[in-house]
Amino acid sequence: MIDWIAIFSNAAQELISPTTAAYALAALGLAIHFGYTGLLNFGQAGFMALGAYGYAISTLSFGFPVWAAVLVGIGASVVFALILGIPTLRLRADYLAIVTIAAAEILRLVFTTNTFDALTGSASGLQGYKGGFADLNPIPAGTYGFSPFTYNAYDWWIRIVGWSLVVLLAVITWLIMRSPWGRVIKGIREDEDAVRALGKNVYSYKMQSLILGGVYGTLAGMIFVLPRAVVPANYQTSLTFFVYAILLLGGAATILGPVIGSMIFWVLLSFFSGFVARAVEAGWLPFMSQVQAGQLRFILVGIAIMLIVIFRPQGIFGNKKELAFVK
Amino acid sequence: MSSNVTPTSKPVKTTGLHVGDAAPGVRKVDPILIADGVKRTFGGLTAVDVDHVEVPRGAITALIGPNGAGKTTFFNLLTGFDKPDAGKWEFDGRSLAHVPAYRVARMGLIRTFQLTKALGLLTVMDNMKLGAKGQTGENLFRSVLPFLWRKQEDEIEAKALEILARFKLDTKKDDYAASLSGGQRKLLEMARALMSDPTLVMLDEPMAGVNPALTQSLLDHILDLKSQGMTVLFVEHDMHMVRHIADWVIVMAEGRIVAEGDPHIVMQDQAVIDAYLGAHHDADLGSTDTEHVEVLKELIDDEQ
Repeated sequence: MIDWIAIFSNAAQELISPTTAAYALAALGLAIHFGYTGLLNFGQAGFMALGAYGYAISTLSFGFPVWAAVLVGIGASVVFALILGIPTLRLRADYLAIVTIAAAEILRLVFTTNTFDALTGSASGLQGYKGGFADLNPIPAGTYGFSPFTYNAYDWWIRIVGWSLVVLLAVITWLIMRSPWGRVIKGIREDEDAVRALGKNVYSYKMQSLILGGVYGTLAGMIFVLPRAVVPANYQTSLTFFVYAILLLGGAATILGPVIGSMIFWVLLSFFSGFVARAVEAGWLPFMSQVQAGQLRFILVGIAIMLIVIFRPQGIFGNKKELAFVK
Repeated sequence: MSSNVTPTSKPVKTTGLHVGDAAPGVRKVDPILIADGVKRTFGGLTAVDVDHVEVPRGAITALIGPNGAGKTTFFNLLTGFDKPDAGKWEFDGRSLAHVPAYRVARMGLIRTFQLTKALGLLTVMDNMKLGAKGQTGENLFRSVLPFLWRKQEDEIEAKALEILARFKLDTKKDDYAASLSGGQRKLLEMARALMSDPTLVMLDEPMAGVNPALTQSLLDHILDLKSQGMTVLFVEHDMHMVRHIADWVIVMAEGRIVAEGDPHIVMQDQAVIDAYLGAHHDADLGSTDTEHVEVLKELIDDEQ
């Protein structure tokens, strides 16, 4: 028989898992880019990789303390955003899309290549950078919580830091989007020439938005690698598209959308993978092997997202009124 | 809409704007905008080639000309939305060459667009507030701290409400701009331009696509700009409107200024008639085209 309790408790764990927090942060960054400013950034995976590698390399190779390693990651993503933005933000929106998707791939391949093996660990990646972060943990060693949320001190520490960051950045995003700055940003999304004609430096605003959302992605990359190792294969283009799926699921120009979207995405993914794997085990799906079952979850999540986009195209938190005017 | 659908009073025309005879490039008593040798080519096509033109201050100037005369391109060049190949031009004594569009706007030269650019998914009020200049809260770092910009925001809102009331859009202030009609969007765009207290307002075809009921109210608003001390330069095709409100008319054809003058006189200028109707409009085409007719007849015979 199928162990439903295990399936549901595994799925429930994803609600507060650090990976969910990381995806929520990355999606919040994309909400600033795509939802509010209208920038088509298809390289969020690149910003996440810079966070992960910036943190890991400066810790492992240069022995930086945690705060300095975080600053290195943020600095790297600011530079990356400038490199992407300076040539493309004066052009039409699609050029940024082309450049970001290519640049993120270039970054991933640079991290994968053997040439820089001493720094990046090439394809096998990096680990052993968690010491500094774990030392900051004020929680005494031991196991806490109640089933299914029972974790040791380090696991709780990651979750607390990750979700505090999500709350902090969500509040900041909410504050800036209801300010005059946010008004300019949303104006640029609607028609940048009109905003330019009103005396706003559109180029500078788009650059600020690109950098800000990129920094969110970088912080997401750091949270993402704290419960696992840094592996270059994690930063493929598909990562960016999962983040986009989360954003559209929750609602592109919303604050809660990316956060709740990330939770739904990961709970569904975990539920489907648990369910399919056990269903195959129990012989419910005789035409399918375990390996095939591992892939089926992405198909099911894809269908779930399709249904949401068809029947609730504004996303879960989006404003239905906006859709009435979409050209 | 407007209470006075028919023109109630004849607008007061400003006269005595130019020095010497009215001719293309004539000097003005008090020019606000001066363009010199502005040229823009697209490949082999010369879209704009203006030797010299001055726009008088405190008056309503119309820029007219047939389709493809380069009026909108000239607008784009003046406002920094396009870069000319050559030339210099100045606004209020300050050079505008190589000044980006947003700086031009900050100097007090605000434009509207031929295809209305209302920011659809912003409310009418947000559209208006966006027009205000020098907002503290538009800085990313200060935007996080509402107490720094709250007071200014309230002032901007009060001003926006006052202007919206004048344009009879105040009841729509919380609606998305996308829900407005075409004419209302034109009004909104003009109202938004006023939020920055411009000195020169450039309107690109303010009447295009506006229903007749709104036309009179739009005209009144344009006249209103003048009475408030602003200079207006507008592109328009509707000759009745040009005659009705313009103090000065500049005629463009094939990228050049072909005539200038008082709206009633300039319409009788031979260069203007040529520009609109073609230089040979009164010649009998039949007599000059006999050759072509012969060739055509031969072709038809061949087919049979």
